[in-house]
Amino acid sequence: MSAEMSTGQPDGQATDVLRAEHISKRYGAVTALIDVNLRLAKGEVLGLIGDNGAGKSTLLKILCGFQPPTSGRIVLDGQEVTFKSVDHARSLGIDAVYQDLALVNQLSVYHNMFLNRERVRGPLLSNRTMRRLTRQYLDEMGVKIPSVEADVASLSGGQRQAIAVARSVHSDAKILLLDEPLAAMGVKEGAMILDLVQDLKRTGDVSVIIIAHNYAQVLEVCDRVNLLQQGKISLDRNAGETSVQELTNLVVAEYRKALEERQRSA
Amino acid sequence: MRQREATVFVVVVLLVVYFGFISSVGRSTFFTKIDLINLAQYAAPIIIIALGEVLLLICGEIDLSVGFTYAFAPFMMHFMIDDWHVPGILGIILAVVFGGIIGWINAFFTVTLRLPSFVTTLGTGFVLAGLILTTSHGEQANVPPKVIGIGHWLGTYAWSEIIWAVILTFLFHILLRRTKWGLHTIAVGGNALGAAEAGVNVARIKYGNFILTGMLGAFVGIQIAFQTSIVDTFSGGSAYQPMFYAVAAAVIGGTAMLGGSGTMIGAFLGAVVLAVLIDGFNVLGISAYPEQIYFGAAILIAMIANVQLARVRAAGRIR
Repeated sequence: MSAEMSTGQPDGQATDVLRAEHISKRYGAVTALIDVNLRLAKGEVLGLIGDNGAGKSTLLKILCGFQPPTSGRIVLDGQEVTFKSVDHARSLGIDAVYQDLALVNQLSVYHNMFLNRERVRGPLLSNRTMRRLTRQYLDEMGVKIPSVEADVASLSGGQRQAIAVARSVHSDAKILLLDEPLAAMGVKEGAMILDLVQDLKRTGDVSVIIIAHNYAQVLEVCDRVNLLQQGKISLDRNAGETSVQELTNLVVAEYRKALEERQRSA
Repeated sequence: MRQREATVFVVVVLLVVYFGFISSVGRSTFFTKIDLINLAQYAAPIIIIALGEVLLLICGEIDLSVGFTYAFAPFMMHFMIDDWHVPGILGIILAVVFGGIIGWINAFFTVTLRLPSFVTTLGTGFVLAGLILTTSHGEQANVPPKVIGIGHWLGTYAWSEIIWAVILTFLFHILLRRTKWGLHTIAVGGNALGAAEAGVNVARIKYGNFILTGMLGAFVGIQIAFQTSIVDTFSGGSAYQPMFYAVAAAVIGGTAMLGGSGTMIGAFLGAVVLAVLIDGFNVLGISAYPEQIYFGAAILIAMIANVQLARVRAAGRIR
């Protein structure tokens, strides 16, 4: 196993907002993550790449409190934390956009935008406020939808994704975890999301982890890249020190090796 | 009023016109005051139980045992007030809380032990039926004399039940449409995983809705006890009937059996449809044996109309 490690920034420890240390995750006999170490500096955009089944989404779901790791620890702002729930992680400033978007088809755009973060007045929902803010968020992003009162079922894949991302960006989170935020998007919509991430980066307060398959987009928007292969992080590089070609070669090489092993054992 | 509720409303109007017309040809009793009271007393219990079933159906569950909660709660009231000398009002409140505890048990099996609620509540229903017969020795009881005064306001006065039903429908409509609880209930039924990922506490929503349904069932049971002045054992399976009516009312009113959508006002109107049918058949003097055939067929037709209308609307929207 060739582990090409080169720490991106010198002495990152002090400014790390999030560190995952020796994280492993097993589902019965299946091991999804093996001793993963990952760190995220303040204001940094980290790209997490790797082939399907490498464990990217599993890692993300551990980092946002959706599921606990089998072993290992998470350190947030220098303090070890154990997330009790998604709500708990969110109260500590971590928010995620999942691959399946976590949208409810039967609810309107604005109710999805504020799901579990509803604006209320006393016991009642402030629907008017939520409608106004939703319109404002989507306008800022340049996303066009027929109406914020439409059910999300009637929207296109890109529009749905934009809503999920906008929801996360406006959650006041300090750490955003985006699982393939560009998957269902056209070129224009994808550029919109990337611009949004660039804007966040400019503020310097928000740190982002993006899972993506498009290496060119990853290198364009990210400061640093981690490659996850078969449950392990096999590469940690600054974006400027690697290339689409290198990343592609690494993933393809892994595939070839696995194929050879399978043929040899067959 | 939403489109879905409007279609049920049209069904109500058509039925009323139909029975009104038929009965005006013969002996006209359908529009009399006595008959309206009958209608209200048929509709009210169905409405109140349906409010709970709507919440459960929306979040992807069902309570088949609520009819037995409805039968057991007045016995609890009777035991507490007459045998254990609990003060009157407290006894009534505790009997309603007891319904909530049955709801909690249903939720425990369904949510925590992961049984389908269809199976859970079928089982708890049988257990409750047995408990009712065991604790009562199979004998009906009188309503506790101490609380007969309060009982007037709960169920004895001719219009008290329907007034409760209207008030509760209003409150549950607000709960479903205007509060976080309602929004989360829809989210849990529409996309349980997505709701969980957004941080919605799915278990809490389901527990809460089972408990609410149990409390509503207990409340209606107590109302009926006051209305009839008797605490009945509902021996055999007849306690399934209120539950079946309530679920039918919810579905006629446009609540999806698969979760994610439903309305309280629709369920209210659905219950009125059933009440008009029951009452209309009585007024027409249809003999008891074939009555159930017409009744069942009418429920099926109302549900088919609802599902087909929903499909037409969906087709129109998707384009």
